[in-house]
Amino acid sequence: MNFDLAITLFSCHYTSQQSCAEDGKELEQLGFPDSINLVRVPCTGKLQMTTLLKAFEDGADGVYVVGCPADGCHNVKGSIRAAKRVDAVRAALEELGVEGERVQMYHLPRGLHPEFVAKAKEMDSRIRNLGQGPFSN
Amino acid sequence: MIVAERKPMGEIIEMVQDCKKVLVLACRGCVTVCSAGGEREAEILSSLIRLGMKKAGKSIEVSTESLVRQCDREYIDEIDQWKDDYDAVVSTACGVGVNFISNLKKDTMVYPALNTTFFGGSAEQGEWTEQCAGCGDCVLHLTGGLCPVARCAKSLMNGPCGGSVDGRCEIHKDVECIWQSIHDRLGSFDRSAQMEVIAPIRDWSSAGHGGPRKVVRDDLTV
Ligand code: SF4
Ligand code: SF4
Repeated sequence: MNFDLAITLFSCHYTSQQSCAEDGKELEQLGFPDSINLVRVPCTGKLQMTTLLKAFEDGADGVYVVGCPADGCHNVKGSIRAAKRVDAVRAALEELGVEGERVQMYHLPRGLHPEFVAKAKEMDSRIRNLGQGPFSN
Repeated sequence: MIVAERKPMGEIIEMVQDCKKVLVLACRGCVTVCSAGGEREAEILSSLIRLGMKKAGKSIEVSTESLVRQCDREYIDEIDQWKDDYDAVVSTACGVGVNFISNLKKDTMVYPALNTTFFGGSAEQGEWTEQCAGCGDCVLHLTGGLCPVARCAKSLMNGPCGGSVDGRCEIHKDVECIWQSIHDRLGSFDRSAQMEVIAPIRDWSSAGHGGPRKVVRDDLTV
């Protein structure tokens, strides 16, 4: 399906290091989807539900969070807290009759890892399959 | 504290569907402590109302404010400062707050965002349990400080019933039989004899069965 996708990614400083590699060009070279707007945060544990919901209010078709492995977060429980909030946003979206898959949490290794781009592609194709979201501008 | 939970979003969207602007009004009392209706939850609800209305193809302005409490006249009067900003208030206070706004603000339509559930406490983060039913005639001095009114499924005054098994209530194995706990606790204070005392038939009029209740303190009224 072809339409202008808008996906917002909130990623912690540690799991999104690839976005800094090669002067910020490496992600592009690796085929990171241009539908994804990357927002780096010091720790995903600081993300509030309102921040995730605001991304939908701003028109996102999908929102996802990338944080450290659940048992290896730089800030101990940050990415576990983030996952809980993603779950709560998913439940609220479903109450509104919106597909819960539009919001996702990924726990990825820190540093430069191919999974960062692989998950971005996965998210891009998931949202593309779901189609335009109900909050799209 | 009074414990409450947000209503399903479908119900809340239905309430506001004809509104053009609503004020989501948080309460900084009990519902803040039980994470159901404080400032953070009111911001989340405001966002969900905007999203729900957008999905329904309707536009709505949602503002978010909070009061120290919604169960005292002095704070309810503060609503007047926002009166041009809403067609209706969506209150994230307990049912007392919604009633108080209705009692005191004749021109304000107010909707409840929460289901008010019980008086309880939180022994584990993110978990609240019922502890008292506000019966108006407390018997905790006779029951080792554990409430049979709120915490026994049958509100027995002379428990346990025949369904108590291994300290669990017959309604569900996850539920403590509070009468077993009362027995054990009285025993630990060498007061097991209290279990032999038959509690008389109870007059429940103080528990709300005699109509809405009221407390008047002459020493505080001027
Ligand atoms: S006996 Fe009545 S007042 Fe006392 S804790 Fe139980 S419900 Fe509350
Ligand atoms: S098993 Fe215990 S708590 Fe349950 S109804 Fe009987 S006395 Fe009450």
